[in-house]
Amino acid sequence: MKNLFQPYDVSLESEMLEPLDFNRRSRLKETDRCFKAEILNVIRLTDMEKLFQVRILDESEGERFSFLPGQFVMVEVPGYGEIPISISSSTSRTGYVELCIRRAGIVTGALHRAKRGAHIGIRGPFGTHFPIETMKGYDVLLIAGGLGLAPLRSSIFAVIENRADFENVHILYGTKSPDQLLFDYQYEEWGRIDDIDLQVIVEEPDNEWTGPVGLITKLLDGIEIDPQRTFAIVCGPPVMFKFVCSRLSEQGMPMRRMFISLERRMHCGMGKCCRCNIGSTFTCMEGPVFDYWTVMNLKEAI
Amino acid sequence: MLFRCLSKEGFRDLVEMTLETIEVVGPKEIGRDKDDNPIHHYLPVSNPDELDFDYATTEYSAKTYFLPFQENLSTYRFDEDDWTQDIRYRIQPRAIIGLHACDINGLLKLDKVFARDFFPSPYYISRRENTFIVGIDHEPCEGGFCRSLGTDTVTHGFDLFLTDLGDRYFVAIGSDRGFGALQKVHAREITDEDTHDYLTERQRLAGLFQAEVPVHDLGTLLDIEFTSEVWEKWGRKCMSCGSCAMVCPTCYCYGVMEKVSMDFERGVKQRQAYSCNLVDFAEVAGGHNFRPDSTTRLKYRYYHQHRGFVEIYDEPKCVGCNRCGRTCLAGISPVEVITDLQMDEQT
Repeated sequence: MKNLFQPYDVSLESEMLEPLDFNRRSRLKETDRCFKAEILNVIRLTDMEKLFQVRILDESEGERFSFLPGQFVMVEVPGYGEIPISISSSTSRTGYVELCIRRAGIVTGALHRAKRGAHIGIRGPFGTHFPIETMKGYDVLLIAGGLGLAPLRSSIFAVIENRADFENVHILYGTKSPDQLLFDYQYEEWGRIDDIDLQVIVEEPDNEWTGPVGLITKLLDGIEIDPQRTFAIVCGPPVMFKFVCSRLSEQGMPMRRMFISLERRMHCGMGKCCRCNIGSTFTCMEGPVFDYWTVMNLKEAI
Repeated sequence: MLFRCLSKEGFRDLVEMTLETIEVVGPKEIGRDKDDNPIHHYLPVSNPDELDFDYATTEYSAKTYFLPFQENLSTYRFDEDDWTQDIRYRIQPRAIIGLHACDINGLLKLDKVFARDFFPSPYYISRRENTFIVGIDHEPCEGGFCRSLGTDTVTHGFDLFLTDLGDRYFVAIGSDRGFGALQKVHAREITDEDTHDYLTERQRLAGLFQAEVPVHDLGTLLDIEFTSEVWEKWGRKCMSCGSCAMVCPTCYCYGVMEKVSMDFERGVKQRQAYSCNLVDFAEVAGGHNFRPDSTTRLKYRYYHQHRGFVEIYDEPKCVGCNRCGRTCLAGISPVEVITDLQMDEQT
């Protein structure tokens, strides 16, 4: 009888012996093995947000790691937990990724206390991405509200670094107040690039604010849009992308050309735990990037 | 499929031989309810007599042997400013003897989620591959509506499947290791008489099952009835305890959390069974909750069972065992909820 019940050792399956690569979704692998990564730099953005530059320690793992704008990683602080964070850096930047993280809970709290040199875990990349390749040859609207600039920033880099491939480019960003503006040290650089229209707006200005005041939709008033020649990426809270997208839709923009990124609290990133499930859609697998038509059909998304 | 005939003594030998080498789990009476009906659980047994195949249903499904309520995904050893990750997959083989068709169908549904297509789970696969499964035919349990969902019969997902023919078992063989096990206990080739008796018994059992809920086109109905008052009616009763998901053979939602040992030397990352009815299921950073009330959460439970899962796997997630209905403290019955929805549509 003994030989009938030989233990089956899953870790000997051939796929398990291959190098870890989360871009191969269909291959069996150690789904919960993380890349060990080092915090290279911590950059303070606001009182609530910090930018973490993170490098995968193993050189060959780092070289294999590749992502597309809009994708996210699961960031693990061993002993504290694991959270989904969108990647904020350029896809052409190899060697490290940048993660813009707001202090909001246990794991982000631990990260905010972490110093340069600390070791964290990373799994990913996961999820869908913004269709930068498809957008080539079109006008591009890149619109962010609040923390939405974090998932949008990778797309901004992708457009800037390939500026010649796109027609008119507008970058619109709005927050509640000036002290909440993320990456303010970069506006100067982005705005100086020839033929990129960068506009920043706040709802509640302070004494030093000289820019426009109001909601992000106000910035759209001053922009002429050719609805058939434009793609839009809109990142922000549901109330913000709902107003922006319906406004663009009224102007005649097809809903399939507007892209947004949804936020949910993924616990696995792999379409298993159901925590990001919206009816029949897994935000981690079919999202976080969706076109607006799809979002309109997700009963709970907005 | 290959079939064999096995005497009751031969089956007893099979269980005893299995017990000599690996853990055997099966339906075991653990007590009586207030009406003096026996309560069964799938639990480890130490001899064949503890297996009670005359059980109607178990309170919990056998899911926990494949997706334990709590499971270590990895462990960490902290050393100064660094850590190392260690991952182990369970490889201790086990036999589960006496599963009903609905529970095996439940496993087939879990297979689709955890062992196919994308990001197959090595934890699940290891437990599944290391579990020898023996199913058994049975008379329908009270309140079960498996017939409506086509889960009252099963054609694969087991190693052996027994049909009791009084003095012997008619055995369907689902795997080579099942075939090998039968060889050891001298199961014989089937005769025309065996086949005749088997078909008669199958027919008798089939006649006992009654389709109880109209699930036809339930997916579309759920979309149309999204704002139905039926959800208010049942959702308000829900106490958001999550019992339904715990006993369900296919509910697989989970949370991941980490713990640190008292001496700060080790950490562990755990998968913890969760329920979409629990209040913080869809809460995100900053405290926003996408499903703050029990009504929405209950609706999404049904939505996932009969709409979401269908969209991905072309079949409902529910197997119709009615364990959730039996265990619900508020008396929410899936048969009544679905019937209400169908009625609402007609009025």
